[in-house]
Amino acid sequence: MNAVILAADGVNVAQNVAFGIIAAIMIFAALSVVTSKNVVHAALWLVVVLAGVAAQYILAAAEFVAISQVLVYIGAVMVLFLFGIMLTRAQIGKEFGLTNSAWPLGIPVAVSLLGLLAWVIIDAYEDDVIPEPAGPTPTEALSDQFLSIYLLPFLAISFVLLAAAIGAIVLARKD
Amino acid sequence: MLAVNFLLLAAVLFCIGVYGVIARRNAVMVLMSIELILNSVNLNLIAFSLMTGAVDGQVFALYVIAIAAAEVGVGLAMVLMIYRNRRSIAVDGLSEMKG
Repeated sequence: MNAVILAADGVNVAQNVAFGIIAAIMIFAALSVVTSKNVVHAALWLVVVLAGVAAQYILAAAEFVAISQVLVYIGAVMVLFLFGIMLTRAQIGKEFGLTNSAWPLGIPVAVSLLGLLAWVIIDAYEDDVIPEPAGPTPTEALSDQFLSIYLLPFLAISFVLLAAAIGAIVLARKD
Repeated sequence: MLAVNFLLLAAVLFCIGVYGVIARRNAVMVLMSIELILNSVNLNLIAFSLMTGAVDGQVFALYVIAIAAAEVGVGLAMVLMIYRNRRSIAVDGLSEMKG
C-alpha cells in the first residue's frame, strides 16, 4: 500500500508534488460542483476541475490535448453551460431543490464504486512506475495517427459534430 | 510518477461524477456531472498513453473531447426545450413515460 505515497523511490519528486497539489484542488473542486447550492458557483468550480485536468495533461507530457482541453472545455463548453443556466432559471443566488429527495442513495453507490475501482487499480498496478517522459509529445506524432490509421473515425467525428450542431439548432429553435 | 496516482485520481473524479448524476435534480447540474465523468476517463486515457509510450491514448482523448462537446450542445438544447415546455428542468418531474 505504499503505492499511494507521493515521493516513492526513483520517481521525480517535483512532478509528484505538483501532481498531489493539483489533485487535491481538483477533488475539492469536484466535490463543490456536486454539492454547491448555487448553480453558477457549481459551473465556476467545474472550471477549476477542467483547468486541473489540463494541468495534469501537461504533467503527463500531453501538450496538445491540454491545449484542446482549455480551448474546448474552458472556452466553449463552459460558455454553453453558463448560457444554459442563464436561459433556464430566473433567480440568482442560493437555490433550493437542486438535489433529489433520494440524494443519500448516491453516497453508498459512489463510495462502493470507488472502493471497487481502487481495489482493482491497486491490485493491477501496485508499484508500477511510469517512465519519466522524455519531453512533450510532438503534435506531429498525433497528426500522423489522425491522418493515417484513425482517419475514418476522424471523418466520422466531423459528421457527428455537424449532426450535433444541426440537431441543437433544430431542438432549441422557437417555432 | 506512479501509475496508481493517475488512475486513483481518475477513479475519485468518476465516483464524484456518478454521485452528482444520482443526487442532482437540476438537469444542467446533471450535465456538469457527466462532464466530470468524461474528464476522468480522459485522464485515464492520457495515463495509459504515458505508460505505453504510444500516442493512441491521446488520440482517443481528443475524440472523447469532441464527442463531449457535441453531447453538451445537444443536451443543453434538450434542456432548453424541456424548460420552454414545462417551466422547470427538474429531472424527477419528467415522468410522462410511464415505466
